[in-house]
Formats: sequence, C-alpha cells, structure tokens
Amino acid sequence: MSKLPAKIVKVDYLARVEGEGGLFIRVKDNEVKDVKFRIFEPPRFFEAFMRGRDYSEAPDITARICGICPVAYQMSSSQAMEDAFGVQVDGQLRTLRRLLYCGEWIESHALHVYMLHAPDFLGYEDAIQIASKYPEIVKRGLEIKKIGNELMTIVGGREIHPINPRVGGFHRTPLERELKPMIEKLKWALNASLETVKWTSTFNFPDFEYDYEFVSLRHPEEYPITGGRLVSNKGLDISVQDYEKHFQEIHFEHANALHSEHIGVGPYHVGPLARYSLNFDKLSSKTQKAAREAGLGKQCFNPFKSIIVRSVELAYACEESIRIIEQYKRPEKSFIEIKPKQGTGYGCTEAPRGILYHRYRLANDGTILEAKIVPPTSQNQKTIETDLYHFVKKNISLPEDKLTWQCEQAVRNYDPCISCATHFLKLEIEHE
Amino acid sequence: MKKKAKPKLAVWKFSSCDGCQLSILDCEDELLAVADAVHIANFPEASRAVVKGPYDISLVEGSITTPHDAERIHGIRRQSKLLISIGACATAGGIQALKNFCDVKEFISAVYASPEYIHTLSKSTPISDHVKVDFELRGCPVDKYQLVEVLNAFLNGRKPNTPHYSVCIECKRRGVVCRMVAHDQICLGPVTQAGCNALCPSYDRGCFGCFGPKETPNTSSIAEYWSKKGISNRDLIRTFRGINAYAKEFRLESESHE
Ligand code: SF4
Ligand code: SF4
Ligand code: SF4
Repeated sequence: MSKLPAKIVKVDYLARVEGEGGLFIRVKDNEVKDVKFRIFEPPRFFEAFMRGRDYSEAPDITARICGICPVAYQMSSSQAMEDAFGVQVDGQLRTLRRLLYCGEWIESHALHVYMLHAPDFLGYEDAIQIASKYPEIVKRGLEIKKIGNELMTIVGGREIHPINPRVGGFHRTPLERELKPMIEKLKWALNASLETVKWTSTFNFPDFEYDYEFVSLRHPEEYPITGGRLVSNKGLDISVQDYEKHFQEIHFEHANALHSEHIGVGPYHVGPLARYSLNFDKLSSKTQKAAREAGLGKQCFNPFKSIIVRSVELAYACEESIRIIEQYKRPEKSFIEIKPKQGTGYGCTEAPRGILYHRYRLANDGTILEAKIVPPTSQNQKTIETDLYHFVKKNISLPEDKLTWQCEQAVRNYDPCISCATHFLKLEIEHE
Repeated sequence: MKKKAKPKLAVWKFSSCDGCQLSILDCEDELLAVADAVHIANFPEASRAVVKGPYDISLVEGSITTPHDAERIHGIRRQSKLLISIGACATAGGIQALKNFCDVKEFISAVYASPEYIHTLSKSTPISDHVKVDFELRGCPVDKYQLVEVLNAFLNGRKPNTPHYSVCIECKRRGVVCRMVAHDQICLGPVTQAGCNALCPSYDRGCFGCFGPKETPNTSSIAEYWSKKGISNRDLIRTFRGINAYAKEFRLESESHE
C-alpha cells in the first residue's frame, strides 16, 4: 500500500480570536497523531493577586480579564460575593443586570458573527474585505453591535469595563427616560438580527457533528443568562456550589491555560450551542420560529452552525431587552447594603462564550483570601482539540491550505477568548 | 500625479485583555472610514491578512511580562516609523502589574498545577521601559474618541489633542457634584488624568484612577486628607494600587503607606 505523505497543519498566530493562540496538528500514515490548540498568551495571575484585595474591588478587577465580556466577570464575581454574604439581589436590580448582560451578548455576538466568523464562510480574510463587496451587510452588523454598546453604556457607564456595576447592584440606576429611547433602536436591531439568522443559514456548513456533552445553566423561567442550575444533556443537574465536585482543571505544557474536564466523563461543550440545545423551550416563540426556519432543530450538534445559533441568541437578547425596558421602573435603591462576613461564595453566569464560574473565600472584613475563576474558553479547550482531531480525520485528503483554513474556522466556532483562558491559543498541523 | 500609498497601520498585542484594540472595532461609525484612510496591514484580532512591515504606525496594547515579549517589542520598534502605546497595560504595566508587589514564584504555584511550564518575568512593565515610544494614550480601556483623535493627528502630522489635567476639571465642566466634598467618598479624580469625561463621578462613584496619574499629581496631599478622615493605610494602599498600580506616582504613594 502506498503511503500518503505526512502533513503538518500549522497556524502560528490564530487570527480573529481574542488573544494569542495557535494550532498544531500532525498527520502521519493517514492518521492524526497530534492535535494541539496552543495558547501562548502570557499568564496574568488574576487569581493570585486578588488575594488581599477587598471583596468590593472584584467587579472592577476581574472585568480586566476580558475586554469582550467584562460584564460576565462583573456578574459572576458579584454573585459569588453576594452568595458569601447571604445577600439576594432581585426584582428590578436583578432585571437590570440581565439588561446590561443582554447588551454584552448583543455586542459580543454581533462582533463574532459579522467580523470574526462570517469571513470564514464567505472566503474573505476579514470583514473589511466583505464590506468592499457587500457594504450593507457589514454596516448592518456594525449597527447591531453599536446598539448593544449603547445599551451597555447607558446601564454600565461604558461598553468596555463598565464602571457602574457593584456588589449588591449598581452605583446608579438609569432613569426610565434614559432607557426608553433604546426601545426603537432595539426593535430595529431585533429585525436586523432576524435577518442575520436568515443570512447565516444560507452559508455552506461542513458536514460535521459530534456527540457533545453540552453544559449550561438552566433556569425554571428564563433563557439562562444570570443564573440557574448547571445541567447537561447527559444527565448532569447540580447547583453552582457543586461545580468543583464535578469539573476539574488540568494543566498541559503546550498551553498557558488550564483545560477543564467533567470528572470521569471527559471534555464538555459550553457556549451558545450548549445553551440553545438545553434551553430551546425557554426561547421566545419568535426566536424559536426563526431558528426552525433557519433549519435548526431543538438541538444542534454541528459546531460550524454556532453562527446561526449565535444569531438566534442575538435576536433573543434584543427581544428580551425590549421587554425589560418596557416594564422598567427605577428601583428606589441602586444597591443592597453589604455587611461583609467570613465565608465562601460561588457565582456562575452565561458569558457570551459559555459558563463562567467564580469562587471566593473571604475573611471577616471582606478581604479576599482565595479566588478561583474558570472561564468558558478553558472549559472548551479540550473540546476544541477533540473537534480538530475528528475534523482532520474526516477531511484528511483536503489540500493543505484549505484544511488549515477550515481548522482555524473550527476553532473560531467557539469564539475562543484567549485572554480569558490565560487569565488562551496557537494551531500548527504537522504532516510528517 | 502619483497617488500616495495609504499609510500602513499595525496593531500589536502583549499581555492584556484585548479591550484597547477592541476600542478600534467599537468605533462602529468610524471603522469603515478608518479602513479607508489607512491600510490595516497587521491586526490579527480583526483579520487573517498580514502584510509585511515596515509600518507607518504601530499601535501597541499590553504590557511586557515574558522574556520572549521583551525581545519581540524590539523587532516591532524596528519595523515601525511611529509607535504608540495604548492603554494602562502598555503605558503603566496594567492590572497585571499587581504581581510586581508580590513573589511571582509563589503566584505561579498558586494558579498553576505544573509551575515548571510557565515562563514569566517577575515584573509587568510598560512598553516605554523597553523601547522608545512616540506617544502614550492612557486609559483602561482607552477612550475610543481619543484613539481616533490620536490616529487622525499622526496621519495629519500634528500633535494629538489629549488633556493632561485632572478628572476634577471634567467634573466641573459637566456640573457633576463632587463625590468627595458632598459624599465623603474616596475619589482619585484630583490626581488622575482626564479623558473619560468624569465618568465615574457622573455615575455616583469616586474615580479609581483608570487613566493613571495626571501631570505632576499631588498624591501625598490627597492621601493625607483621607488619612485625617480616618481612611486606613490598607485602604490607601489598595486605592493607589489599582489599574495603574505601577505608574510611578501611584506606586510611590502606595509604597509610602506600607
Ligand atoms: S489597558 Fe485595560 S482595557 Fe486596555 S488592554 Fe489593558 S486591561 Fe484591557
Ligand atoms: S468627584 Fe472626584 S473628580 Fe470630581 S471634582 Fe470631586 S474629587 Fe474631583
Ligand atoms: S473617573 Fe476615573 S476610574 Fe472612572 S473612568 Fe474616569 S479615569 Fe477611569
């Protein structure tokens, strides 16, 4: 039998992801020998230097882990602190947090769908190239993104590293008249997002599915964003407090980020695909209909179709924001007074890229003694490598440049955030 | 007449959260115009396409934290006509400079199960500690309008119009009621460089210094004022030791309360 030449797929610096990473895949005798999704973003040591800081500083400090999803960090850390102090933030304050988070979903999903992921499907190197041919499409994406940013600015003070959220609520709650003008804009964005669902559903998707364990939050009444229990399609159903009993992080030499696994089970998948597949019933009828018309079932196992699912979530977040603003009454107090006490607190919310878990151990006066943060990308890292392994195995005969590009795309399916994961990535494929 | 080639712009990343370069993509209204005015030659967060240097303008985000990056920045300097560092990470070491005050070896073993895989320098330092920087734009994140102003200025060969006075001036201009005087809150506004339009005070909280020290800040006088009001040394240290902990004036002030 004649041997196929060995190949190496190597991407030194993965583009259109947040942070620094690469890919390395080695194929020999028609077999995938090695797959490494490498993270070379330098470690930033948040968990270490948070020790000794005050609990109240956690939202401002942890926001700086990621410029694309700072709200996720602010919300998970605040929740963890509130959990430790036995404080419940509910009513309009909780809803306002959901609204701010919707702004982040809109901004982040629009950025990923239009600027980072769509170019792969259309064969362009970036959105600016798309704009030279289809300016209206790129402008639509930018306009949706802008509306998400405006929402974040009103509720959070600014779009990157909002300054308004605090443990217990907000420094200042928006006036009704500050929020109401957003309704008209969001209605436009909702329609534009529904158009986005239609547009992305026309792309060519590689025929690739995998039997993932999807993990996401699940809430009795809501599509999950700010809370719920942790569930999976393989029978997991636990409280956030029990997260570390079921998931652990492992450190490999090729990445400055930790890999998570479901203890005794293996890699798992977090993010839009997981949320959607576990919570389809909680979407609005309008977004369910849009998803069906785009050819999606109640669950989706093709990671390349995450772009459609993200667009569905984009529409959902616009709709939800409208609903929240329409019924918004400014709460009397902008935050709940905190009395620090010794203890441990847990928080988990749905960042645009998936569940973000925080745990803090606190001293009597609210000083942080220990911090643990598990971002979505480190949870997905092993799953990304698993995808690459199976994808390359299936497509081994593709020409090298095409295979390389599709491998990059397979990584971008996850909208990986390398800065988050190192508190992440690099592809090289080696055909020996 | 021959058409002038568009200036080549590169965006580089070191240790950071990507927030400052995201500010470029957040200029939704200006983005396509910027892409028209310059040739985006290297911007991996936004594009797969890479055009070789030299570059007319390099925007550098992030701080230097690894031996490899300490080397890499010199190569970037050599390829860049103008080098502009953006954000608190690039201009002051960033939030990750909080490690500069601690024992890094102990840090590594606190975060990573196999510390031997990690290569890091003991300090997180600004770009200007390593190479000549033509302009520093402050903020965590940088203000996108200031960023557009800086690019515009350099493309047109003029000096950027960014203020060096304090956040207090912005408060006065906006008519924001002072958090310190009226609410007895700690506010770093008097010693922090303007640029955010007094954002935090307008949201009912004190400034925490994300734009770094203003020109010639009197940090000891404000620290003394707070001490007299009963603020503890622990709180003084953590106030000055935030997003811009390693900026000289804030660092010295925090150290003087240890
Ligand atoms: S200065 Fe702030 S926003 Fe900019 S890269 Fe650093 S942490 Fe992110
Ligand atoms: S609130 Fe802060 S920044 Fe504003 S005037 Fe008072 S001290 Fe200055
Ligand atoms: S007020 Fe201070 S902390 Fe707030 S955004 Fe402005 S410079 Fe940053």
